[in-house]
Amino acid sequence: MKKYYLGIDLGSTTSKAVIIDEKDKIIGKGITNTRANYIVATEIARLEALYDARFTILKQKLKDEIETKFEYAKYIADVESAFKFLQFKKRLDKLNMQFKETISTTFTGEKQDKILGFVEGIVEKIEPVIKHGYLYSGTGAKNQFFRDIVSEHYNKEVAKLDKEYFDSLILVYDKSITPVENKLTEYDFKELIYESLEILNGKYENIEETYSENPAVDFDVELNLLKGNYKKLHDSIKEHISFIANLDIPIDNMVGTGYGRALLPFPEKSIKSEILCHAFGAHAFFPNTRTVLDIGGQDTKAIQVDSHGLVTSFHMNDRCAAGCGRYLGYIADEFSISLNELGPLAMEASHEVNICSTCTVFAGAEIRELLNVGQQRSDILAGLHKAIVMRAMSLLARSGGVRNEFTFTGGVARNQAVIKYVTELVRKNYGDDLTINIHTDSIFMGAMGAAMFALRSDS
Amino acid sequence: MPSKVVKEKSMIIQKEMIANHFRELSTAKETGKKVVYTFVPGNISELILAFDMLPVYPEINALQSGMRKKSEKFIQDAERIGHSEDVCTYVKCDIGMMINGNIGPTGEKIPPPDLLLLSYTGCFTFMKWFENLKRLYPGVPVAMLHTPYQEDKKITPEMTRYMVKQLKEEVIPKMEQVSGVKYDEEKLKNILRNSSKVEDAILRIFDTTKNKPSPIDAYFAGVYYIGPINSGFRGTPEAVNYYEELYSEIMERVRLGLGPITPEGEMENERFRLVVEGPPNWTHFREFWKLFYDFGAVIVASSYTKVGGVYDMGFRVDPDKPLDSLADYCMNCYTNLNLEQRIDLLSKCITDYKADGFLVNSIKSCNSFSAGQLMIMKELERKLEIPVGLIESDLVDPRYFSYSNIKNRLESFFQMLDQRKIILNY
Repeated sequence: MKKYYLGIDLGSTTSKAVIIDEKDKIIGKGITNTRANYIVATEIARLEALYDARFTILKQKLKDEIETKFEYAKYIADVESAFKFLQFKKRLDKLNMQFKETISTTFTGEKQDKILGFVEGIVEKIEPVIKHGYLYSGTGAKNQFFRDIVSEHYNKEVAKLDKEYFDSLILVYDKSITPVENKLTEYDFKELIYESLEILNGKYENIEETYSENPAVDFDVELNLLKGNYKKLHDSIKEHISFIANLDIPIDNMVGTGYGRALLPFPEKSIKSEILCHAFGAHAFFPNTRTVLDIGGQDTKAIQVDSHGLVTSFHMNDRCAAGCGRYLGYIADEFSISLNELGPLAMEASHEVNICSTCTVFAGAEIRELLNVGQQRSDILAGLHKAIVMRAMSLLARSGGVRNEFTFTGGVARNQAVIKYVTELVRKNYGDDLTINIHTDSIFMGAMGAAMFALRSDS
Repeated sequence: MPSKVVKEKSMIIQKEMIANHFRELSTAKETGKKVVYTFVPGNISELILAFDMLPVYPEINALQSGMRKKSEKFIQDAERIGHSEDVCTYVKCDIGMMINGNIGPTGEKIPPPDLLLLSYTGCFTFMKWFENLKRLYPGVPVAMLHTPYQEDKKITPEMTRYMVKQLKEEVIPKMEQVSGVKYDEEKLKNILRNSSKVEDAILRIFDTTKNKPSPIDAYFAGVYYIGPINSGFRGTPEAVNYYEELYSEIMERVRLGLGPITPEGEMENERFRLVVEGPPNWTHFREFWKLFYDFGAVIVASSYTKVGGVYDMGFRVDPDKPLDSLADYCMNCYTNLNLEQRIDLLSKCITDYKADGFLVNSIKSCNSFSAGQLMIMKELERKLEIPVGLIESDLVDPRYFSYSNIKNRLESFFQMLDQRKIILNY
């Protein structure tokens, strides 16, 4: 029987889980932004990774078909999207219930009815829009958290309503979202996967209609192939689906890392420092890595590793928020936008405004001043992104500089503007020939390293 | 780990020695003994003793105040009268103590100085410190002994002559004037004979970490071991007695194969052997130490225990050349070595005592120690291919001791040492 290993990375902003097989291959990964407590966070991330693992195993089983027939790849991607939508739907239902509870405890009388009416209307409107997003435009593949997806649509609808109720409607959202995020929503994989297939049957049955009604939908080649073919595909895949739905994925050993690691109910030997895990994970993705820069939510680390991926030295900024992910979180709040929107907006800049403040809190005052004197939001954001990278550069210098190859990891490594400045400044300071590695899964490298330690310390 | 606190005979002897010293200080005015304030690095205590005067070491008082949780208030008081946040916290703690009535660590009053002996060895702050003391104690004579830095990695005959000249023309005349005692070279030679024995014993003691398990912790317990030589006892018969007793106790531990004594008893499982650079934190000394012994880490050598004298590279006082010896002793102290020499010394410790890792405790307010530490680290990492780590704290300002940050970094550092075993054996 195959053996699997789990790595859990409990960060200050997100918690991540990675499942690998005996050959260090990633089978499943899960992430959550819940701030509930680390036990819930671990469970959410772990279950997500297990669902993901089932899809990976499905894809492994159908490897030949996926490689030779486009429609297989498309169909499986669609099953995954539908599955993710159903997961989303379960949480949306919970949020809806929470909305009602919040409204009943926050407002009274006529206002209560009015707000309730608005919120019901909003949920009714956004659900089909989001479903459409999952089924036709890849919402599930965008690395967005539940909160981000809902708030984007909720805020849009609120903006259309009577301004008088704006604050109340935002209050309802703010008060309701956290309790939902902080609770574990259990899903029955089997139930959801079969329901996903039903949704897809519906999708393909009406594909031409959907297309003519909505020309924005990409009616691509695979979809075209699927049009007349989906029933056959459905029948041939169903057996495999039921195999993965019933599959046992035994975890042989697990290792926890990250700031919350001490709270994990793991034995001491199963808890590892995130420095080692990030470096080890980064080294697994890019075996020639010698210097790792990890910008996480609460600290920044410059790590030097040897040819085995073993850490030889590390330097940390654990004193000052300026230079960590939290800085960006604070900035996003200052601009009243979500963390995800920061990078794209900064990329629109025509130049970078020079940010002098070396302190997160005082940067806030500087931003307001810059906005007052008419600087563009995007240019200010570009300056802020550059400032955080400049701090990382000084940490890298302290740690002994950048050696080839350089790998950038951590949650912040998903932000395009940070990537842009890291690349620019590393090249400028350490040469153009340097190989710079940034992986879309950079945020998972700590959990990956932990899983690899789990495999190696499995007795 | 047993929780019984073990008090060895040497500990009792040391406690008595220090207590006697502070008692003597508190009654100095009545007994007519003159008091000299001076610094630990490059301290020429033997010369002070030759004039029957009593030494006071402001850094020792500051660290003692730190250990007794008194430094925070002293530092804040010093800041209130204008000393900035960035000033050395030993200085601020000391000035705070002085403006609060100069009650020393034992609760007894420390007398004001009759002489300020500024033996300058590698720390610029020493000069500013005594400028402040000069203002606090107007009219007290200052004797300045300038120690040339070992820029070229060696002590030249000119450097020794330059120092001896200062001793003869500046320091000794002022000591004669303050004490009313004539300089007696024979007496100094006799004192130095004891110093020579003490130096030998100290080297033997710190060399016992060659054993596995190491019978002592050369940093956390080491700072106690250097107590007597750093507080004026170097040339005394009491010190000779203390170090011989200590050495025989340690040898008994070696014979029994025992590990080092910690505040919670013997450390039974030696997992990591480290060489540490930089002073310890004093305000959280116990917690700080515990972070190490809980992980099974023992310090087999530390640069800090060499601030009062470096004997590893062959230097010994020669009682027949007393002033030359004092000069060379000053120039040989750790903070007066250039960075290359410090690297050589640390490399020797890492190799001789078979250390698994090298750790720097970078002190926020100590420039003389912190300068060059990153370079030292990188050089040792490159030269010896040894894992290196860095933690940050302060001497006696409790505001700069962050337990969780230090613990997080230490945990990572120890796991870094551990992972080599796991991964390289996989």
